[in-house]
Amino acid sequence: MESVARSQSEIGPGVPASKEKTLIYRQSRWTRLTHWLWAISLFFMLLSGLQIFNARPQLYIGKQSGFGYSNTIFAIGAENTNAGPRGYTEIFGHRFDTTGVLGWSGPAGNETARGFPSWATIPSYYDLGTARVIHFFFAWILTATLLVWLVAGLINGHIRRDLAPRLDDLKRLPQDIANHARLKFHHTREYNTLQKMAYGGVLFVLLPLMIITGLAMSPSMDSVLPFLNDLLGGRQTARTIHFTVMALLVAFFIIHILMILAAGPINELRSIITGWYRTDPPAHDDNTSERSA
Amino acid sequence: MAKFEISRRKFLTAASLGASGIMLSGCDAFDSQLSIGSGLRGFLENANGLTHRAQRLLGGGSSLAPEFTEADIRQPMRPNGVTAPDDDAYKALLANNFADWRLEVSGLVEKPLSLTREQLMNMPSRTQITRHDCVEGWSCIAKWTGTPLSLLLDQAVVKPQARYVMFHCLDTIDRSLSGDIKYYGTIDLIDARHPQTILAYGLNSKPLPVENGAPLRVRVERQLGYKMPKYLYKIELVDGFANIGGGRGGYWEDNGYDWYGGI
Repeated sequence: MESVARSQSEIGPGVPASKEKTLIYRQSRWTRLTHWLWAISLFFMLLSGLQIFNARPQLYIGKQSGFGYSNTIFAIGAENTNAGPRGYTEIFGHRFDTTGVLGWSGPAGNETARGFPSWATIPSYYDLGTARVIHFFFAWILTATLLVWLVAGLINGHIRRDLAPRLDDLKRLPQDIANHARLKFHHTREYNTLQKMAYGGVLFVLLPLMIITGLAMSPSMDSVLPFLNDLLGGRQTARTIHFTVMALLVAFFIIHILMILAAGPINELRSIITGWYRTDPPAHDDNTSERSA
Repeated sequence: MAKFEISRRKFLTAASLGASGIMLSGCDAFDSQLSIGSGLRGFLENANGLTHRAQRLLGGGSSLAPEFTEADIRQPMRPNGVTAPDDDAYKALLANNFADWRLEVSGLVEKPLSLTREQLMNMPSRTQITRHDCVEGWSCIAKWTGTPLSLLLDQAVVKPQARYVMFHCLDTIDRSLSGDIKYYGTIDLIDARHPQTILAYGLNSKPLPVENGAPLRVRVERQLGYKMPKYLYKIELVDGFANIGGGRGGYWEDNGYDWYGGI
């Protein structure tokens, strides 16, 4: 296991000791490898998943889809209006015009009725069979990666040391929120409270929920694990949760990228590629008070 | 304060550059690699084999699909695919209320069968309220009544070299240069002998309507809808399907769906 203590100081000539910046070995090879496997799998699963969704761009609550009654809570569609065909998105009965993106999209003059636009799906044209091949291939990669990460993280202490919440995290939370709001980041070896919540939430809540709701949609897995759908509220509710968690993962991705850009993309990228991370100079005087504020 | 202004401007610039990069990466980049028969597609399809084996390992031959109650039947069964076959042979059979229709059981069997609808309905039946899951994503709960396929297989005595049951249907699903393509599909003998695998002639306590596959359709409850052919007239026991149609074991399989439709 890589040691936390391994670090190299970079002190330029004439730089006072207090301005010292330190490269530390922050991310183990397991963290880096699994991070990139997730990045690739989630990219393909998202775009093939949106293609699969396009086959039935509606979400329902319950065991089945309401055709003779209404249990639809979300729908993307196209309709003819006096102004020509328009795309719409309906959420809990509230309808929004989403022409050009959702429901009705495509190159000017060649628009078609489709849920998500072709730039957001793999393949770009409608092909449910191919999307399913891609989706299930990467479902295996994603799940295997999560298991590898879990085992490695328990053995090398990453989960206990870096992700497990401590009482101190709760005390730091208000200051962390304030720091993030002001885009003021501390570059330390430890994750801050919001980072722990985001990473822990994705790895221990969202990804497992994605796998469970995915399995609950399988008729063959329902014969093996019939309690899954009872627990989740039925196959169509499971599908709705699957879609909702997708949206949360996309939100996480966007925030993740914005935070990396704000915190210094070179340093952040280096740490998730090589493992080495440049920490802030230790500010001996006010460090303690600010960290525990 | 000035320092913060600059860093925020930098931040917003970088953020918008990043966002536009994502938007520009259109997803037609992978299209050409994904057609049936291409190397990358073949590689990715290996996962289907893994998925199939995992489901077989966990479910075996006897795990039962969930069954529901009368209260869960809240709507008519949604018809899908072909709902009114335009084939002359089918329309002639329908005009006579299927009096001339026969179910053939042939291929790798010791005793080929030819059964009328009455003969089928006089055999022991099974009624089950199950959820039909379409590959598109929707579900519909309905009550199905029919003859367990295993009874027919026992009666016809399956030869040891038989591995799959092939379903031949009366409806034209597609047209190609070499002629009309009638719907067809295959399942293995494990699913064929599964207790919930029935040839259904009844739906929600009434005779099976045309749009749902009259006079007879297949129910394979641990798989998706495309594995349950409608307008059935022949069951053929085969040892493989490499030389039939596109060689992938069914109409939709030839068009890219996985052969085992368990997920």
